[in-house]
Amino acid sequence: MVEKTDSKKTVQRQAMPEQKPEIRRRNFEEVPMGYTMEQAMAEASRCLQCKKPGCVEGCPVNVDIPGFINYVTKGDMTGAIRNLWGKNSLPAVCGRVCPQEIQCEGNCILGKKGDPVAIGNLERFTADYERLHGTGELPPKEKPTGKKVAVVGSGPSGLTVAGDLVRKGHEVTVLEAFHKPGGVLVYGIPEFRLPKEIVFSEVAFLERLGAKVACNQVVGRTVSLDELFAEGYDAVYLGVGAGLPKFMNIPGENLIGILSANEYLTRANLMKAYQYPKVDTPIPHGKNVVVLGAGNVAMDSARTAMRLGADSVRIVYRRSREEMPARKAEIHHAGEEGIEFCLLTAPTKFVGDDKGRLTGMECLKMELGEPDASGRRRPIPIKGSEFMMDCDLVIVAVGAGANPLLTQTTPDLNLNKWGYIMADPETGKTSKKGVWAGGDIVTGSATVILAMGAGRKAADSIHKYLTWGW
Amino acid sequence: MFKIVQRQEMAGGTIVLNEIEAPLIAKKAKPGQFVILKANETGERIPLTMADSDPAKGTITIIYMVVGKSTALFKSLKVGDSYQDVIGPLGKPTHLEKLGKVVCVGGGTGIAVLHPITRGLKEIGNEVVAIIGARSKDILILEDKMRAASHELHVCTDDGSYGHHGFVTDVLKEVLKKGDVKLVVAIGPVPMMKFVSKVTLEFKVPTMVSLNPIMVDGTGMCGGCRVTVGGETKFACVDGPEFDGHKVDFDELMRRLQAYCDDEKKCYNDFCTMQQA
Repeated sequence: MVEKTDSKKTVQRQAMPEQKPEIRRRNFEEVPMGYTMEQAMAEASRCLQCKKPGCVEGCPVNVDIPGFINYVTKGDMTGAIRNLWGKNSLPAVCGRVCPQEIQCEGNCILGKKGDPVAIGNLERFTADYERLHGTGELPPKEKPTGKKVAVVGSGPSGLTVAGDLVRKGHEVTVLEAFHKPGGVLVYGIPEFRLPKEIVFSEVAFLERLGAKVACNQVVGRTVSLDELFAEGYDAVYLGVGAGLPKFMNIPGENLIGILSANEYLTRANLMKAYQYPKVDTPIPHGKNVVVLGAGNVAMDSARTAMRLGADSVRIVYRRSREEMPARKAEIHHAGEEGIEFCLLTAPTKFVGDDKGRLTGMECLKMELGEPDASGRRRPIPIKGSEFMMDCDLVIVAVGAGANPLLTQTTPDLNLNKWGYIMADPETGKTSKKGVWAGGDIVTGSATVILAMGAGRKAADSIHKYLTWGW
Repeated sequence: MFKIVQRQEMAGGTIVLNEIEAPLIAKKAKPGQFVILKANETGERIPLTMADSDPAKGTITIIYMVVGKSTALFKSLKVGDSYQDVIGPLGKPTHLEKLGKVVCVGGGTGIAVLHPITRGLKEIGNEVVAIIGARSKDILILEDKMRAASHELHVCTDDGSYGHHGFVTDVLKEVLKKGDVKLVVAIGPVPMMKFVSKVTLEFKVPTMVSLNPIMVDGTGMCGGCRVTVGGETKFACVDGPEFDGHKVDFDELMRRLQAYCDDEKKCYNDFCTMQQA
């Protein structure tokens, strides 16, 4: 055993080849370029195949990590993808956007003394290999049950529910309000982090498995929940996301040149406005761009603005670097690409010219006081520290709330005081019979994988309900 | 795909009517609501308030003026061609109520949106006076339909080529002077709605306007359509599209509509050059 461990240690964690920062900051191609087969096998060989794997416990959907890695070690990529699919319908997505450092890789035993196994990179490689060179053979599916399930929203949680239930033999239809499926994976996460072709291919995989995907269906407007039941659906899963942009509510916010991150990213990603005028949807091109907020969405917005040719892009955040909610890797990538961080700074008002176009922003410097309700030190304005920051484009990325469109038209669905749907955390069951909910519309803005975890639990509960009636 | 079953050019080809197969939307659509249309894969999502819907036939009707690349692309679609995407019905429907005497004021393609609302107000027993206007006679639309949908119709043209010579607000003032008007509905170009609201404020008559700002999703997600109403920011797509005309900041709305003006002009010119070639 000791000998085996030592031999494993001789292989270093395989670095992910990446586009150089000075090149990638002006293009929309994916930043990491992916492992080669040799790199993947070398990385896989580092896995100790623990008897009680911490990585699996750290995964919200409990992927059999040592299992799929074992197949990669042997070069059996068909075995690897089939193992992955057993627990995760969206491996190409998760391999790219999961915060592995606080989940699987954060629990990897090798990480105690050195670098953890690059589980995310291996997951990505496995899924990409199947997409590019795979056999296309589908995983097994159970016999049709004759039960119909409607999944509202085609983001990560909805797709997980669809994938799980279709394999259990239920008839699944995914309803998407936008004209393309994928939810936040398509409108929110930029091409350079998650190529849209990959999302569409994951959706196509679910369709090949038998799930139906219907776009342009605004549930709550085009069709109501009760009408879905009347149409013969036996269960409904709501995974509509937290799609209500928050603004700063400070003077001048409706000047031209101030956009929510939702709008900016939707234009860039879903509408592909970065290709304008090859496509018809325009996007504002700022010279001096400011992004308000410091989460992953803020990093995505800032890096998009840089790729659209900005002279300067600044992240303005009222707390310090330590409190920034974005993944470390995203902050690092943004920094490498020349994005500046104006920390302990908060905007107080926007100013514009006589045509109503943004020209600048008044800010206050902040200092950190005692911890607040979130456990983070509260930022306190420093008196008399006002200063002007010139900018012609501001992206507001300070979070999202619950979109009331569906819940307003469904009065028998209990909501909490912020308008999020109340659902049992273990099962996803809501107050309305036959209706489950999960993802951001229950928890508020979170991550792709947490939404998928909620989808998994709800799918299990829906399956029980459809099989045994509870 | 959403097939065009009927197509009609109006106002010398500057305004186009499309009747489109969209059974799910037609079943739900109510006066005042809008749809978002996307012609093809690379197309823009364009919000348009519906001019009509027919649940039995499963169709909706839109009437739009050709003002840029996207509407020029719409115009190039023939009967039998399809829009790739139509989404709706979106926005809150008009609140139709029996009030007594109401005045419906329409300008340009706003008349198309005003028509089902006027008809609805008449059907539930209101006394409906309609005032419609255009720059000149040749671009005035739906006169006959508006006559049928109202009890009394006034037509105005800016250049005096037909009907009353002048703005809709001139006639509106005369109608309001006679008194007893319970509600004014004004739909048309933003300056028209602004000045109608100014006039009705003097007469203290409640006024409803329908706004059509720039938006992307139409479901409350992007916030691009925000308008200031009574000092508060509202999203036209989910809080509207209809608002109290006395509270809307029309100047801000007009400025915000210009956000992509330069981009749009270039895109439209390129498209026209390409079509001619």
